Amino acid sequence: WKLKTANGVVIATEKKLPSILVDETSVQKIQSLTPNIGVVYSGMGPDFRVLVRKSRKQAQQYYRLYKETIPVTQLVRETAAVMQEFTQSGGVRPFGVSLLIAGYDDNGPQLYQVDPSGSYFSWKASAMGKNVSNAKTFLEKRYTEDMELDDAIHTAILTLKEGYEGQISANNIEIGVIRADREFKYVYKVNYAVFTAT
Amino acid sequence: MVGKNCFAIASDRRLGVQLQTVATDFQRVFKIHGKLYIGLSGLASDAQTLYQRLVFKHKLYQLREERDMKPETFASLVSSMLYEKRFGPYFCQPIIAGLGQDDEPFICTMDCIGAKELAKDFVVSGTASESLYGACESMYKPNMEPEELFETISQALLSSVDRDCLSGWGGYVLIVTPTEVQERILKGRMD
Repeated sequence: WKLKTANGVVIATEKKLPSILVDETSVQKIQSLTPNIGVVYSGMGPDFRVLVRKSRKQAQQYYRLYKETIPVTQLVRETAAVMQEFTQSGGVRPFGVSLLIAGYDDNGPQLYQVDPSGSYFSWKASAMGKNVSNAKTFLEKRYTEDMELDDAIHTAILTLKEGYEGQISANNIEIGVIRADREFKYVYKVNYAVFTAT
Repeated sequence: MVGKNCFAIASDRRLGVQLQTVATDFQRVFKIHGKLYIGLSGLASDAQTLYQRLVFKHKLYQLREERDMKPETFASLVSSMLYEKRFGPYFCQPIIAGLGQDDEPFICTMDCIGAKELAKDFVVSGTASESLYGACESMYKPNMEPEELFETISQALLSSVDRDCLSGWGGYVLIVTPTEVQERILKGRMD
Protein backbone atom coordinates (compact mmCIF):
# COMPACT_ATOMS: atom_id res chain seq x y z
CA TRP A 1 0.00 0.00 0.00
CA LYS A 2 1.20 3.40 -0.67
CA LEU A 3 0.27 6.77 0.66
CA LYS A 4 1.43 10.20 -0.41
CA THR A 5 1.22 13.08 2.04
CA ALA A 6 2.17 16.73 1.96
CA ASN A 7 5.56 16.01 3.46
CA GLY A 8 6.46 12.49 2.40
CA VAL A 9 5.46 9.08 1.07
CA VAL A 10 5.01 5.75 2.85
CA ILE A 11 4.89 2.27 1.33
CA ALA A 12 4.02 -0.88 3.21
CA THR A 13 3.56 -4.54 2.45
CA GLU A 14 2.81 -7.77 4.24
CA LYS A 15 5.55 -10.33 4.29
CA LYS A 16 3.90 -13.73 3.96
CA LEU A 17 6.53 -16.44 4.43
CA PRO A 18 5.86 -20.00 3.26
CA SER A 19 7.00 -21.50 6.55
CA ILE A 20 8.13 -20.41 10.01
CA LEU A 21 11.53 -21.93 9.24
CA VAL A 22 12.29 -19.20 6.70
CA ASP A 23 14.74 -16.54 7.86
CA GLU A 24 12.53 -13.48 7.45
CA THR A 25 15.44 -11.02 7.43
CA SER A 26 16.61 -12.47 4.11
CA VAL A 27 13.35 -11.57 2.38
CA GLN A 28 13.06 -7.89 1.47
CA LYS A 29 10.04 -6.84 -0.52
CA ILE A 30 10.77 -3.13 -0.20
CA GLN A 31 13.97 -1.97 -1.89
CA SER A 32 15.51 1.40 -2.67
CA LEU A 33 16.31 2.33 -6.27
CA THR A 34 18.19 5.54 -5.45
CA PRO A 35 18.74 7.29 -2.13
CA ASN A 36 15.47 9.14 -2.64
CA ILE A 37 13.33 6.57 -4.45
CA GLY A 38 11.96 3.32 -3.05
CA VAL A 39 9.85 0.54 -4.54
CA VAL A 40 7.57 -2.26 -3.39
CA TYR A 41 5.97 -4.95 -5.51
CA SER A 42 3.11 -7.36 -5.78
CA GLY A 43 3.73 -10.55 -7.74
CA MET A 44 6.77 -12.65 -8.55
CA GLY A 45 9.82 -11.97 -6.42
CA PRO A 46 12.45 -12.99 -8.99
CA ASP A 47 10.92 -10.74 -11.66
CA PHE A 48 11.02 -7.91 -9.14
CA ARG A 49 14.71 -8.42 -8.48
CA VAL A 50 15.50 -8.17 -12.19
CA LEU A 51 13.53 -4.92 -12.51
CA VAL A 52 15.19 -3.43 -9.45
CA ARG A 53 18.58 -4.20 -10.93
CA LYS A 54 17.71 -2.66 -14.30
CA SER A 55 16.16 0.44 -12.70
CA ARG A 56 19.14 1.02 -10.45
CA LYS A 57 21.42 0.84 -13.45
CA GLN A 58 19.28 3.30 -15.40
CA ALA A 59 19.29 5.72 -12.46
CA GLN A 60 23.08 5.55 -12.32
CA GLN A 61 23.44 6.03 -16.07
CA TYR A 62 21.35 9.17 -15.80
CA TYR A 63 23.60 10.41 -13.02
CA ARG A 64 26.74 9.73 -15.06
CA LEU A 65 25.39 11.81 -17.92
CA TYR A 66 23.89 14.75 -16.04
CA LYS A 67 25.54 14.57 -12.58
CA GLU A 68 22.04 15.06 -11.23
CA THR A 69 19.86 12.50 -9.41
CA ILE A 70 17.17 11.13 -11.66
CA PRO A 71 13.70 12.65 -11.21
CA VAL A 72 11.05 10.14 -10.09
CA THR A 73 8.99 10.55 -13.27
CA GLN A 74 11.96 9.77 -15.49
CA LEU A 75 12.88 6.60 -13.59
CA VAL A 76 9.26 5.45 -13.68
CA ARG A 77 9.13 6.10 -17.43
CA GLU A 78 12.30 4.14 -18.10
CA THR A 79 11.23 1.22 -15.89
CA ALA A 80 7.83 1.16 -17.57
CA ALA A 81 9.56 1.17 -20.97
CA VAL A 82 11.52 -1.94 -19.97
CA MET A 83 8.34 -3.66 -18.87
CA GLN A 84 6.60 -2.75 -22.12
CA GLU A 85 9.53 -4.09 -24.14
CA PHE A 86 8.93 -7.51 -22.64
CA THR A 87 5.33 -7.47 -23.85
CA GLN A 88 6.34 -6.94 -27.45
CA SER A 89 9.67 -8.71 -27.96
CA GLY A 90 9.96 -12.28 -29.14
CA GLY A 91 10.78 -15.17 -26.86
CA VAL A 92 10.14 -13.34 -23.60
CA ARG A 93 7.16 -13.09 -21.28
CA PRO A 94 5.86 -10.00 -19.49
CA PHE A 95 7.11 -9.29 -15.96
CA GLY A 96 4.84 -10.86 -13.37
CA VAL A 97 4.93 -7.88 -11.01
CA SER A 98 3.17 -4.61 -10.39
CA LEU A 99 5.40 -2.00 -8.83
CA LEU A 100 4.64 0.86 -6.52
CA ILE A 101 7.44 3.42 -6.82
CA ALA A 102 7.71 6.12 -4.15
CA GLY A 103 10.07 9.04 -4.40
CA TYR A 104 10.78 12.58 -3.31
CA ASP A 105 12.41 15.02 -5.74
CA ASP A 106 12.20 18.67 -6.78
CA ASN A 107 8.54 18.18 -7.67
CA GLY A 108 7.73 17.01 -4.17
CA PRO A 109 6.65 13.58 -2.93
CA GLN A 110 5.35 11.29 -5.66
CA LEU A 111 3.97 7.82 -5.99
CA TYR A 112 3.51 5.75 -9.12
CA GLN A 113 2.11 2.35 -9.92
CA VAL A 114 3.63 0.45 -12.86
CA ASP A 115 1.78 -2.54 -14.34
CA PRO A 116 3.16 -5.51 -16.32
CA SER A 117 1.82 -3.89 -19.49
CA GLY A 118 4.14 -0.96 -18.93
CA SER A 119 1.43 1.57 -18.17
CA TYR A 120 1.99 3.78 -15.17
CA PHE A 121 -0.26 5.93 -13.04
CA SER A 122 0.38 8.53 -10.39
CA TRP A 123 -1.55 7.98 -7.17
CA LYS A 124 -2.21 9.90 -3.97
CA ALA A 125 -2.91 6.60 -2.27
CA SER A 126 -3.08 3.14 -3.71
CA ALA A 127 -3.10 -0.55 -3.01
CA MET A 128 -2.43 -3.66 -5.05
CA GLY A 129 -2.32 -7.40 -4.77
CA LYS A 130 -4.48 -9.43 -2.47
CA ASN A 131 -7.60 -7.71 -1.17
CA VAL A 132 -7.03 -4.68 -3.35
CA SER A 133 -10.67 -3.57 -3.60
CA ASN A 134 -11.26 -3.58 0.15
CA ALA A 135 -7.96 -1.83 0.74
CA LYS A 136 -8.76 0.88 -1.80
CA THR A 137 -12.19 1.46 -0.29
CA PHE A 138 -10.59 1.74 3.12
CA LEU A 139 -8.02 4.22 1.78
CA GLU A 140 -10.68 6.27 0.02
CA LYS A 141 -12.39 6.81 3.32
CA ARG A 142 -9.26 7.47 5.30
CA TYR A 143 -7.11 9.50 2.93
CA THR A 144 -6.96 13.30 3.21
CA GLU A 145 -4.71 15.61 1.20
CA ASP A 146 -3.20 17.31 4.22
CA MET A 147 -2.28 14.20 6.13
CA GLU A 148 0.90 14.18 8.15
CA LEU A 149 3.43 11.45 7.45
CA ASP A 150 3.00 9.72 10.80
CA ASP A 151 -0.78 9.56 10.27
CA ALA A 152 -0.06 8.08 6.87
CA ILE A 153 2.11 5.35 8.37
CA HIS A 154 -0.64 4.57 10.85
CA THR A 155 -3.23 4.42 8.07
CA ALA A 156 -0.99 2.19 5.97
CA ILE A 157 -0.62 -0.28 8.82
CA LEU A 158 -4.35 -0.25 9.49
CA THR A 159 -5.02 -0.90 5.82
CA LEU A 160 -2.70 -3.90 5.94
CA LYS A 161 -4.37 -5.14 9.09
CA GLU A 162 -7.77 -5.05 7.33
CA GLY A 163 -6.77 -7.64 4.81
CA TYR A 164 -4.42 -9.71 6.91
CA GLU A 165 -5.35 -13.24 7.89
CA GLY A 166 -3.94 -13.91 11.29
CA GLN A 167 -2.02 -11.75 13.70
CA ILE A 168 -0.10 -8.81 12.23
CA SER A 169 3.18 -7.95 13.91
CA ALA A 170 6.49 -6.18 13.25
CA ASN A 171 8.00 -9.38 11.82
CA ASN A 172 5.55 -9.91 9.04
CA ILE A 173 5.18 -6.43 7.56
CA GLU A 174 7.66 -4.15 5.82
CA ILE A 175 7.47 -0.37 5.74
CA GLY A 176 9.44 2.18 3.75
CA VAL A 177 9.29 5.95 4.26
CA ILE A 178 10.58 9.05 2.50
CA ARG A 179 10.31 12.32 4.37
CA ALA A 180 11.16 15.86 3.32
CA ASP A 181 14.85 15.02 3.83
CA ARG A 182 14.50 13.00 0.59
CA GLU A 183 16.10 9.89 1.98
CA PHE A 184 14.39 6.57 1.50
CA LYS A 185 14.38 4.77 4.83
CA TYR A 186 13.44 1.20 5.50
CA VAL A 187 11.57 1.22 8.80
CA TYR A 188 12.78 -1.40 11.22
CA LYS A 189 11.14 -0.40 14.44
CA VAL A 190 7.47 0.45 14.60
CA ASN A 191 5.42 1.71 17.48
CA TYR A 192 3.53 -1.40 18.47
CA ALA A 193 0.54 0.44 19.90
CA VAL A 194 -1.10 0.10 16.49
CA PHE A 195 -1.02 -3.68 16.67
CA THR A 196 -2.26 -4.07 20.19
CA ALA A 197 -5.34 -1.92 19.55
CA THR A 198 -8.07 -3.93 17.84
CA MET B 1 32.11 37.00 -17.27
CA VAL B 2 29.84 37.11 -14.25
CA GLY B 3 28.16 40.29 -13.07
CA LYS B 4 25.46 41.11 -10.57
CA ASN B 5 22.57 38.71 -11.33
CA CYS B 6 23.70 38.68 -14.97
CA PHE B 7 26.42 37.33 -17.19
CA ALA B 8 28.08 38.32 -20.45
CA ILE B 9 29.46 36.05 -23.14
CA ALA B 10 31.50 37.36 -26.05
CA SER B 11 33.51 36.17 -29.02
CA ASP B 12 35.37 37.53 -32.01
CA ARG B 13 33.94 37.16 -35.49
CA ARG B 14 36.81 35.87 -37.58
CA LEU B 15 36.74 32.57 -39.39
CA GLY B 16 40.08 31.75 -40.97
CA VAL B 17 42.25 29.01 -42.39
CA GLN B 18 45.69 29.79 -40.98
CA LEU B 19 46.55 33.13 -42.57
CA GLN B 20 43.56 33.49 -44.86
CA THR B 21 40.40 35.09 -43.46
CA VAL B 22 37.35 33.30 -44.83
CA ALA B 23 34.52 35.06 -42.98
CA THR B 24 34.14 38.12 -40.77
CA ASP B 25 30.71 37.33 -39.36
CA PHE B 26 31.17 33.85 -38.00
CA GLN B 27 28.88 32.95 -35.08
CA ARG B 28 30.56 31.17 -32.19
CA VAL B 29 28.12 31.88 -29.38
CA PHE B 30 24.96 29.79 -29.54
CA LYS B 31 21.74 29.78 -27.57
CA ILE B 32 20.55 26.58 -25.93
CA HIS B 33 17.59 28.12 -24.16
CA GLY B 34 16.61 31.59 -22.95
CA LYS B 35 19.01 31.52 -20.03
CA LEU B 36 21.77 29.26 -21.30
CA TYR B 37 24.41 30.02 -23.90
CA ILE B 38 27.43 28.11 -25.13
CA GLY B 39 30.49 29.53 -26.88
CA LEU B 40 32.58 27.08 -28.92
CA SER B 41 36.11 28.01 -29.97
CA GLY B 42 38.45 25.86 -31.99
CA LEU B 43 37.73 23.93 -35.18
CA ALA B 44 34.71 25.57 -36.81
CA SER B 45 33.10 22.41 -38.20
CA ASP B 46 33.41 20.65 -34.84
CA ALA B 47 31.89 23.72 -33.17
CA GLN B 48 28.89 23.58 -35.48
CA THR B 49 28.43 19.80 -35.22
CA LEU B 50 28.77 19.85 -31.46
CA TYR B 51 26.24 22.64 -31.22
CA GLN B 52 23.75 20.72 -33.39
CA ARG B 53 24.16 17.59 -31.27
CA LEU B 54 23.71 19.57 -28.05
CA VAL B 55 20.56 21.25 -29.29
CA PHE B 56 19.25 17.81 -30.27
CA LYS B 57 19.91 16.42 -26.80
CA HIS B 58 18.48 19.44 -25.09
CA LYS B 59 15.27 19.39 -27.15
CA LEU B 60 14.71 15.74 -26.22
CA TYR B 61 15.40 16.57 -22.58
CA GLN B 62 12.84 19.39 -22.73
CA LEU B 63 10.23 17.03 -24.17
CA ARG B 64 10.89 14.30 -21.63
CA GLU B 65 11.33 16.31 -18.48
CA GLU B 66 9.05 19.21 -19.44
CA ARG B 67 11.59 21.78 -18.32
CA ASP B 68 14.79 23.52 -19.45
CA MET B 69 18.15 22.10 -18.47
CA LYS B 70 19.96 23.75 -15.60
CA PRO B 71 23.37 25.18 -16.57
CA GLU B 72 25.23 22.80 -14.23
CA THR B 73 23.43 19.82 -15.72
CA PHE B 74 24.17 21.05 -19.25
CA ALA B 75 27.84 21.46 -18.40
CA SER B 76 27.95 17.86 -17.15
CA LEU B 77 26.25 16.74 -20.36
CA VAL B 78 28.80 18.56 -22.55
CA SER B 79 31.61 17.10 -20.47
CA SER B 80 30.34 13.52 -20.91
CA MET B 81 29.76 14.04 -24.64
CA LEU B 82 33.31 15.30 -25.12
CA TYR B 83 34.85 12.49 -23.09
CA GLU B 84 32.92 9.89 -25.11
CA LYS B 85 35.24 10.91 -27.94
CA ARG B 86 38.33 10.70 -25.78
CA PHE B 87 40.42 8.99 -28.46
CA GLY B 88 39.16 10.97 -31.43
CA PRO B 89 38.04 14.25 -29.87
CA TYR B 90 36.07 17.25 -31.00
CA PHE B 91 38.64 20.03 -31.41
CA CYS B 92 36.63 22.61 -29.44
CA GLN B 93 36.92 24.36 -26.15
CA PRO B 94 33.41 25.20 -24.95
CA ILE B 95 32.44 28.03 -22.67
CA ILE B 96 29.11 27.58 -20.96
CA ALA B 97 27.27 30.47 -19.36
CA GLY B 98 23.80 30.48 -17.91
CA LEU B 99 21.45 31.67 -15.20
CA GLY B 100 20.64 28.81 -12.86
CA GLN B 101 18.13 28.43 -10.09
CA ASP B 102 17.07 31.78 -8.64
CA ASP B 103 18.85 33.38 -11.61
CA GLU B 104 22.26 32.75 -10.08
CA PRO B 105 24.91 33.18 -12.86
CA PHE B 106 26.90 30.06 -13.73
CA ILE B 107 29.96 29.90 -15.96
CA CYS B 108 32.42 27.18 -16.79
CA THR B 109 34.86 26.14 -19.46
CA MET B 110 36.37 22.82 -20.41
CA ASP B 111 39.12 21.43 -22.58
CA CYS B 112 38.45 19.41 -25.70
CA ILE B 113 38.02 16.16 -23.78
CA GLY B 114 35.65 17.49 -21.14
CA ALA B 115 37.71 18.54 -18.13
CA LYS B 116 35.36 21.02 -16.46
CA GLU B 117 36.69 24.18 -14.90
CA LEU B 118 34.22 26.18 -12.84
CA ALA B 119 34.87 29.81 -12.02
CA LYS B 120 33.14 32.53 -10.12
CA ASP B 121 34.43 35.46 -12.14
CA PHE B 122 35.36 34.77 -15.75
CA VAL B 123 36.33 32.00 -18.16
CA VAL B 124 38.16 32.26 -21.48
CA SER B 125 39.07 30.02 -24.38
CA GLY B 126 40.45 30.18 -27.89
CA THR B 127 43.68 31.13 -29.64
CA ALA B 128 43.98 34.38 -27.65
CA SER B 129 43.24 32.72 -24.32
CA GLU B 130 46.49 33.73 -22.65
CA SER B 131 46.00 37.41 -23.48
CA LEU B 132 42.39 37.09 -22.42
CA TYR B 133 43.35 35.69 -19.03
CA GLY B 134 45.61 38.67 -18.46
CA ALA B 135 43.11 41.25 -19.66
CA CYS B 136 40.19 39.81 -17.69
CA GLU B 137 42.25 39.41 -14.54
CA SER B 138 43.20 43.06 -14.55
CA MET B 139 39.87 44.50 -15.71
CA TYR B 140 37.42 42.33 -13.78
CA LYS B 141 35.54 43.52 -10.71
CA PRO B 142 32.89 41.50 -8.88
CA ASN B 143 29.20 42.50 -8.89
CA MET B 144 29.20 44.69 -11.96
CA GLU B 145 25.90 45.95 -13.34
CA PRO B 146 25.03 44.95 -16.93
CA GLU B 147 26.23 48.20 -18.55
CA GLU B 148 29.56 48.18 -16.74
CA LEU B 149 29.94 44.46 -17.43
CA PHE B 150 29.43 45.13 -21.12
CA GLU B 151 32.17 47.77 -21.13
CA THR B 152 34.58 45.54 -19.25
CA ILE B 153 34.08 42.43 -21.35
CA SER B 154 34.26 44.42 -24.59
CA GLN B 155 37.52 46.08 -23.61
CA ALA B 156 39.03 42.80 -22.45
CA LEU B 157 38.01 41.05 -25.68
CA LEU B 158 39.17 43.76 -28.06
CA SER B 159 42.51 44.35 -26.38
CA SER B 160 43.29 40.60 -26.30
CA VAL B 161 42.32 39.82 -29.89
CA ASP B 162 44.45 42.73 -31.08
CA ARG B 163 47.45 40.83 -29.75
CA ASP B 164 46.53 37.68 -31.68
CA CYS B 165 46.84 37.49 -35.44
CA LEU B 166 44.28 34.69 -35.72
CA SER B 167 41.50 36.53 -33.87
CA GLY B 168 39.71 39.75 -34.53
CA TRP B 169 37.51 41.32 -37.21
CA GLY B 170 35.11 42.71 -34.63
CA GLY B 171 33.37 41.33 -31.60
CA TYR B 172 29.97 39.97 -30.61
CA VAL B 173 28.77 40.46 -27.04
CA LEU B 174 25.67 39.09 -25.35
CA ILE B 175 24.55 40.39 -21.97
CA VAL B 176 21.97 38.17 -20.27
CA THR B 177 19.92 39.31 -17.29
CA PRO B 178 16.87 37.55 -15.80
CA THR B 179 14.56 39.81 -17.77
CA GLU B 180 16.27 40.49 -21.08
CA VAL B 181 19.07 39.63 -23.47
CA GLN B 182 21.12 42.34 -25.20
CA GLU B 183 23.18 41.58 -28.29
CA ARG B 184 25.84 44.01 -29.45
CA ILE B 185 28.32 43.95 -32.29
CA LEU B 186 31.65 45.61 -31.61
CA LYS B 187 33.75 47.32 -34.22
CA GLY B 188 37.44 46.78 -33.51
CA ARG B 189 40.56 46.73 -35.61
CA MET B 190 39.43 44.99 -38.77
CA ASP B 191 42.58 43.01 -39.38
